[in-house]
Amino acid sequence: MAGIVTNPKRRNSEAAPRHLTEPAAVRYILIGIALLFLGLIVLLPMVTVIVEAFRKGWAAYIEALSDPDALAALRLTLVTALIAVPLNTIFGLCAAWAITKFKFRGKNLLVTLIDLPFAVSPVISGLIYILLFGAQGFFGPWLQDHGIKIVFATPGIVLATMFVTFPFVARELIPLMETQGVQDEEAAVSLGARGWRVFRKVTLPNIKWGLLYGMILCNARAMGEFGAVSVVSGHIRGETNTLPLHIEILYNEYQFSASFAVSSLLMLLAVLTLLIKSLLENRMSRSHEA
Amino acid sequence: MVLKRRNVFKSTALFVVIALLISVLSACGSGNNNGGNAASGSPSAASGGSSSPSGSPSADSSAKPVPKDVELLNVSYDPTRELYEEFNKSFAAYWKQETGGNVTIKPSHGGSGKQARSVIDGLEADVVTLALAYDIDEIATAGLLDADWQSQFEYNSTPYTSTIVFLVRKGNPKGIKDWGDLIKDGIQVITPNPKTSGGARWNYLAAWGYATKSLGYDDEQAKDFLKKLFKNVPVLDTGARGATTTFVEKGIGDVLLAWENEAYLALKEYGDKFEIVTPSISILAEPPVAVVDKVVDKKGTREVAEAYLKYLYSEEGQEIAAKNFYRPRLQSVADKYKDQFPALNLLTIDNDFGGWKAAHEKHFADGGTFDQIYTPGS
Amino acid sequence: MTALIRKKRRVLPGFRLTTGITVTYLSLIVLIPLAALVVKSADLSPDQWWSTISNPRVVASYRLSLLTALCAGLVNMVFGLLLAWVLVRYKFPGKAIVDGLIDLPFALPTAVAGIALSAIYAPNGWVGSLLEPFGIKVAYTPIGITIALIFIGVPFVVRTVQPVLQDFDKGTEEAAVLLGAYRWRTFRKVILPELVPPLLTGFALAFARGIGEYGSVVFISGNMPLKTEIAPLLIVTKLEQFEYGQAAAVAVVLLVLSFLLLLLINVLQRWSNRRLRTA
Repeated sequence: MAGIVTNPKRRNSEAAPRHLTEPAAVRYILIGIALLFLGLIVLLPMVTVIVEAFRKGWAAYIEALSDPDALAALRLTLVTALIAVPLNTIFGLCAAWAITKFKFRGKNLLVTLIDLPFAVSPVISGLIYILLFGAQGFFGPWLQDHGIKIVFATPGIVLATMFVTFPFVARELIPLMETQGVQDEEAAVSLGARGWRVFRKVTLPNIKWGLLYGMILCNARAMGEFGAVSVVSGHIRGETNTLPLHIEILYNEYQFSASFAVSSLLMLLAVLTLLIKSLLENRMSRSHEA
Repeated sequence: MVLKRRNVFKSTALFVVIALLISVLSACGSGNNNGGNAASGSPSAASGGSSSPSGSPSADSSAKPVPKDVELLNVSYDPTRELYEEFNKSFAAYWKQETGGNVTIKPSHGGSGKQARSVIDGLEADVVTLALAYDIDEIATAGLLDADWQSQFEYNSTPYTSTIVFLVRKGNPKGIKDWGDLIKDGIQVITPNPKTSGGARWNYLAAWGYATKSLGYDDEQAKDFLKKLFKNVPVLDTGARGATTTFVEKGIGDVLLAWENEAYLALKEYGDKFEIVTPSISILAEPPVAVVDKVVDKKGTREVAEAYLKYLYSEEGQEIAAKNFYRPRLQSVADKYKDQFPALNLLTIDNDFGGWKAAHEKHFADGGTFDQIYTPGS
Repeated sequence: MTALIRKKRRVLPGFRLTTGITVTYLSLIVLIPLAALVVKSADLSPDQWWSTISNPRVVASYRLSLLTALCAGLVNMVFGLLLAWVLVRYKFPGKAIVDGLIDLPFALPTAVAGIALSAIYAPNGWVGSLLEPFGIKVAYTPIGITIALIFIGVPFVVRTVQPVLQDFDKGTEEAAVLLGAYRWRTFRKVILPELVPPLLTGFALAFARGIGEYGSVVFISGNMPLKTEIAPLLIVTKLEQFEYGQAAAVAVVLLVLSFLLLLLINVLQRWSNRRLRTA
């Protein structure tokens, strides 16, 4: 583990600092490596998407986004995220609280089970709901008799999305709350604060950024999920297509520019939320210093 | 300190509330847009005469709304998007003229096997129009339609056909003329995986047919032929469109084995960078259609569903199929488009391969000839 | 120590409520559906089960999925730490944008990522054409799969390490420096141990996600049996032939494998955590 940052330059700088940062050269090299990595792995695909999106010009771009099917897909995607994210946030808070504030048997198992949806192939995360609620599934006949549609309709899409984004908030909070320990809360309790108040006044301010991160990630993934949703959606145009599925359809129709245009919209949404978040963060840390 | 913390927290809360508001508003906004459009302009909706293709009878869009509005769900496979987009408009106009009712056809496209699975698992398709009879057989096995569904409509319930051709780069630099050229050294062949793509199964069987019929090989030799062919395959995409993209967009491979309609579509999209080579022998690909009995009886849409599929056999339907590069069944239309579809020696699945069930067992099931090609150590 | 823990349990509220909600929700959304998968795979007889999962192609695909996910996880652990460090500790122009970029892999539909990556690393792509003269092939080889998985996993490590690093108590670091520790030593002895839990978590998540990833990989892997055919693709293949039972069997093995690995890492992490706290 010790050799994790294997930068030889680092050793040369050993004698230098008396304060809490590295010499400029090391800093720039580290920044350089990090940016190069990010550039090759993340930025390039993004640039490709944007270049392709505008290949046919602005008019085509706008047209792709204002297509009624695209709007219907956008609406479904947002509705799905609006249901899945709050539910997973509540769950994430509860799970993180239980896991980091208490000691109990089977904690490792619980943490691992929470991680499990990450490890489940998206193909499978869709399939399991088909096995449960599909016409041939365990509850299928009952649902059909009562005229309830779950798979190939919005509920199925929401369920699959919830499954896929299930661990995000919890996963973000657990390590954070772990390092923070329980002292603050215990102090509050010993001063007479109770339950909900402890959480709101003591814990929440400490974890708010982690929580926000978690929600943003959860949201981004909820809007971008493809594999699982593709299995339960039924691909009915204008009805059960989410944005990612709409993108696939466009791509398969040789409408490359349009499909990348819609992808860039998803990308933009993600980058925008993150930018707003970091701006807020910056402003607040500045007002904090002042 | 406490005060500042509260400030920070307040702003965070504000941000979250604003973000939620924005998304709710945009959701509603797009919802309204969608609502408005669904009634008038969505491509699949019965939108009246003005937007329907020239070949179809014109309908009066200002006619009084007739109470009998129906919705059909057509679950189809990937390459038929363009075909059904045009056909649905035409049928909606026809149906309005015939009965005065509005019909909206919702399309759903995807890999043929996956689509069949969705229908089995409860996707309420009124009609299915898939790549292989085998996939519809599976739906029949699940009890959603009769086992003899293929006798419900003419020509084995396949209103249009296609075949497998080669798409090569302009000028055919590698001189690929026939199946035999595909196993030569230095030729890269692009085909999707027969295990995951319906189209690729037709590719595979066509190559098998060449080996057994044209070369007179027995099964072992034919398997060897296909093994050599697949040695020349650098990428096995999961679907037909994926393979086309690999060949066309990424510039990989010397020849693409493709549905004839896919090849023509690629020519249409990419113009003069490619050309089509028709091999000496190929297979008659029959993408069948069927009404899903259980669904139409439940929804009460049998009449319109059957009319929808019958309309595929009509002059207009056949014309649209031919325009979208499917070989029409109707002689008059076939004559009109005979330059587009050169005659070639076509094998059929029933006569030459003993039907889909037998072909599937022999070639594509676990341990079949395709699996044997990819056995380790061979 | 135990006395302390017992006291804690009494002191802080909400144990029953939060564990109750956690377990219920977990069961409804994750456990019951996954149980359905296991039940489905029991459609097969033990013999069929075994022959399905011991098929050489299936075994090869497991090996490929595990190895590429492992490589991608390790690469992400190193570069994820570096990225998190740079983002938290240094100031440079465009930092906010870089920070935003990290989450992109979550937001981008996996299929789009796969298409874009294969376009870049294909022999005629921007990067692929640069590597071609050196005989390095990325797309349609295990390297391509690894790159797709690195892409998918980047945010996991960065986003788990970042908050911890942000909340890191500068006092401890300051003390170390005042006590005369060199920078590298401070990092190794003071900072890194604190980062081990989130690093391990990030690695585990990136790794686990990599094993199951499908959408982005199929475009860049080439899908050649025995060579670049990943396990999730085989599941799809089985489904395509309407072999639900076999598909479920392959999936269950994959699931158990990643579950065990995740469990191991969680246990390790908790153990290192405890050692850290008591030390």
